[in-house]
Amino acid sequence: MDAKRYSKLVKEITPGSPKLSGFFRAFWVGGFISMIGQGFNQIGALIGLSYQELPMFTSSLLVLIAAFLTGIGVYDKIGKYAGAGSIVPITGFANSVVSPAMEFRREGLVMGVGARLFFLAGPVLAYGISASVVYGIIYYVLEVAGIWG
Amino acid sequence: MADFLMYLKAFLVGGAICVIGQGLIMYTRLTSARVLVLFVVSGVFLTAIGVYKPLVDFAGAGATVPLTGFGYTLAMGAADAVYRYGFFGAFTGGITNAAAGITCAILFGLINALLFKPKAK
Repeated sequence: MDAKRYSKLVKEITPGSPKLSGFFRAFWVGGFISMIGQGFNQIGALIGLSYQELPMFTSSLLVLIAAFLTGIGVYDKIGKYAGAGSIVPITGFANSVVSPAMEFRREGLVMGVGARLFFLAGPVLAYGISASVVYGIIYYVLEVAGIWG
Repeated sequence: MADFLMYLKAFLVGGAICVIGQGLIMYTRLTSARVLVLFVVSGVFLTAIGVYKPLVDFAGAGATVPLTGFGYTLAMGAADAVYRYGFFGAFTGGITNAAAGITCAILFGLINALLFKPKAK
């Protein structure tokens, strides 16, 4: 069988469009994780957490679960299926912390596990925190100028 | 009923934000690391221009669980601390507000990385 016929055959056998199913998977898994977060929000409100504590409660629980699922190798399987649906939620951030740290365990506890914890989290924190400082300064200037706040 | 609607909105908005990420990965060849950074910074930016807060009010966890919500947490913290404590709030507010999430990621990350060995691929 030549290459052309083969790729045609593959196209025929593959169900649906792979691009469309990629979007669909990201959508429902990402949406489902958000819905679990909403559930934690509701539980937090029921046990009397304040408006400021709720997001901390929810993100801590999601991170805890995702870190464990990464440890036992389940989160990577979800990731293969869901693509961005597992990367974009905060659970993906937890996964990006645990995964490289586990991978580089053999390089030692300090430069292996300790440093690699920040392999992906480092850039996220560096740019995220810097952006928030820039916004804070702009907010301050506008506040002093009397335009805002 | 109101609860059900909130879950539906969280599902739809959270899913939609992930679809944007999926599109970026598929069509622009951005690596997942760049998507993470882009989403957090976008969250800060969208909060700064006043777009993200209404989305959080509308969709709850649908807007706070995706990483844009992490940016939202950082930005809200910075603005709030500037409002309360003045200039240096810009330097303390963001990371203070996000401290629980960051600390949990590091702590649970460390524990799990020590407890488990990677599966053979």
